[in-house]
Amino acid sequence: MNRKIVLPGDLVSTNPKLAGYGTFVENGKVYAKIMGLVDRSETSLRIIPLKGRYIPSNGDVVIGVVREIVSNGYNVDINSPYSAFLPSTEKPEIKGRRNSDIELDDAIIAKVVAIDPKMKVLLTMKDKICRIIRFGRIVAINPTRVPRVIGKKGSMIKLLKSELGIQTIVGQNGLIWLSGDRRKVDIAEEAIYIIEREAHTEGLTDRITEFIKKRKEEGLENE
Amino acid sequence: MSEDIQLIVDGKRLDGRDFNELRPIKIEAGILKRADGSCYIEMGKNKVVAAVYGPREVHPRHLQDPSKAVVRYRYNMAPFSVEERKRPGPDRRSVEISKVSREAFEPVIMKELFPRSGIDIFVEVLQADAGTRTACINAATVALVDAGIPMKGLITSVAVAKADGVLVLDPMKEEDNYGEADVPFAFLIRNGKIESIALLQMDGRLSAEELKKATQMAKEGAMKIYELQREAIMKKYSSEEIEEQVI
Repeated sequence: MNRKIVLPGDLVSTNPKLAGYGTFVENGKVYAKIMGLVDRSETSLRIIPLKGRYIPSNGDVVIGVVREIVSNGYNVDINSPYSAFLPSTEKPEIKGRRNSDIELDDAIIAKVVAIDPKMKVLLTMKDKICRIIRFGRIVAINPTRVPRVIGKKGSMIKLLKSELGIQTIVGQNGLIWLSGDRRKVDIAEEAIYIIEREAHTEGLTDRITEFIKKRKEEGLENE
Repeated sequence: MSEDIQLIVDGKRLDGRDFNELRPIKIEAGILKRADGSCYIEMGKNKVVAAVYGPREVHPRHLQDPSKAVVRYRYNMAPFSVEERKRPGPDRRSVEISKVSREAFEPVIMKELFPRSGIDIFVEVLQADAGTRTACINAATVALVDAGIPMKGLITSVAVAKADGVLVLDPMKEEDNYGEADVPFAFLIRNGKIESIALLQMDGRLSAEELKKATQMAKEGAMKIYELQREAIMKKYSSEEIEEQVI
């Protein structure tokens, strides 16, 4: 699985049908447009970015902070070059519960529903995963590392949840919400930073399992 | 002008280099924590730091372009970078260098992918010898790659000068001050080949043949710098893998 690092402008293929994420086609040849690792398969070729900002796409779950309240909705900072907008009509209606209104500087979990060509991002909270965050902790990582924190078929995030018994939601924009026992959240936070640092290495899941076990034992000894 | 100092002695330059020899170059990528991408470069006595921020929201808002990103480039010399203290702040020279450098990068950066946003490039000359603009461009390219910004290729820059009637690659200060011409180049390099010229300036007097020869020399020099730029980025990103094996 030793993937090659390429730089912008490197020729990666001569078959334009393969061109995927992180590539561009010119004169029938496929070039890399970003620095990253080449992921080549029979039917596709893409560049896995090592650095870069979060660029929203439809259906992404993101964690954002409400920066401005306007008459018809909320302007939300989603840790991206673009600011997002949550219309009041897309706000969940929780009847009879206090604290269900969004206030300034609230963190929210929302879903991207639409992006227009001018990169105006539209959010919704009408989804069961979406909520206003009033407790827990938010950890920020490099957005390009998010797939690694989730793992193959969610293996990494399942590991964190099951080993530590905490709740987590990973935003595609690199913000991760953690909630549960404070000491366990501490361990999860450290584990996430390790994953971020070593995202492009192999055998990471095993090492994280070991790390969590070790930290849990240390925690018990201290009690 | 050129009479008062002899620049070429026995086929060697003042610092002992051949005509087509670059000054020693050191490049390091990703040195600034708060920037999205950064690079430190030494080309001879030049010391330059480049930082890239973005794509990010543009302020003030009226500069936003709804169809593509705006690229901003600031070349700045530190007051202590030159022999006689320079008054801080932009002057005519640095405004011009910022403009031509920005124009070198604009066609290479895939601006249309980031409507309404901005990409800011800051280069700071900490110590100046001749050819700071070329050093800055080389540093900015590495910083842009380090920031993960989509580009069509890399930009590599080098200057050629004419000193004592001979064309010399990568001039140093004396050759710039007392030589007959100074021609900075920047090339777009894609897949290890020079595709096109991104920047070309000339100050002084050259014949048409000499300019052609200068281009050829610059191309050869640029390829060497390109290899070093690649190496610097590769080193940054593969060294992480080595670190991991130790843990």
